[in-house]
Amino acid sequence: MLSMSVDSMFVHKMWVDKELSKMVTAKTVPFPMLSDGGGSIGKMYGVYDQDEGVDIRGRFLIDPDGIIQAYEMVAPPVGRNIPETLRQIQAFQLVREGKGTKATPSGWRPGKTVLEPGPDLVGNVWKVWTVDKAFD
Amino acid sequence: MAEKSTVGCKRPSAKIEKNPEERPQPDTPVSQGEHHMIQIGQKAPDFTAPAYFNNEFTEVKLSDHLGKWVVLCFYPGDFTFV
Repeated sequence: MLSMSVDSMFVHKMWVDKELSKMVTAKTVPFPMLSDGGGSIGKMYGVYDQDEGVDIRGRFLIDPDGIIQAYEMVAPPVGRNIPETLRQIQAFQLVREGKGTKATPSGWRPGKTVLEPGPDLVGNVWKVWTVDKAFD
Repeated sequence: MAEKSTVGCKRPSAKIEKNPEERPQPDTPVSQGEHHMIQIGQKAPDFTAPAYFNNEFTEVKLSDHLGKWVVLCFYPGDFTFV
């Protein structure tokens, strides 16, 4: 987990000291807080808002080979859903271990039905997966 | 992770790690309506950035994390929510 904003690492420290330390039991943040002064990295990732001079809420999942597998972009006023990020990582890990033999349908969480795409599954998804599984 | 960085009065800045084959162009002005967007399946552009971690000032290079899943999470500013 790496977080990044255009704030300097000095401001990151102040935020941890003055506020975040009061919010988390560990008293500190368990991952590096990176500084993207000037937004050069944000520009490269397409998340830099030139007018506001900030990186918007972009989140990228990068696999062990350094390949981007997912991203999400959210405008600043709306916060993210952390369990969804964790769910996606779990799903990608399962898919990666399956080396192309497995896929996780909508609403998948650990323990739920995993699909094995192939000729036999075509037209037969309804037998192994139902719509209510996307919402439970 | 790189070792502890020595902090003087200067404000350290992030460095884009240039790959000789696929050189990203961060200095290309991004005009409105012509945002270049990251593609799924693309190599994550590498960089080294100053960081604050475990009460130390340090540097983090993205490619040092190869072999692990990485969540790279941008946010508008400190003292906002996540």
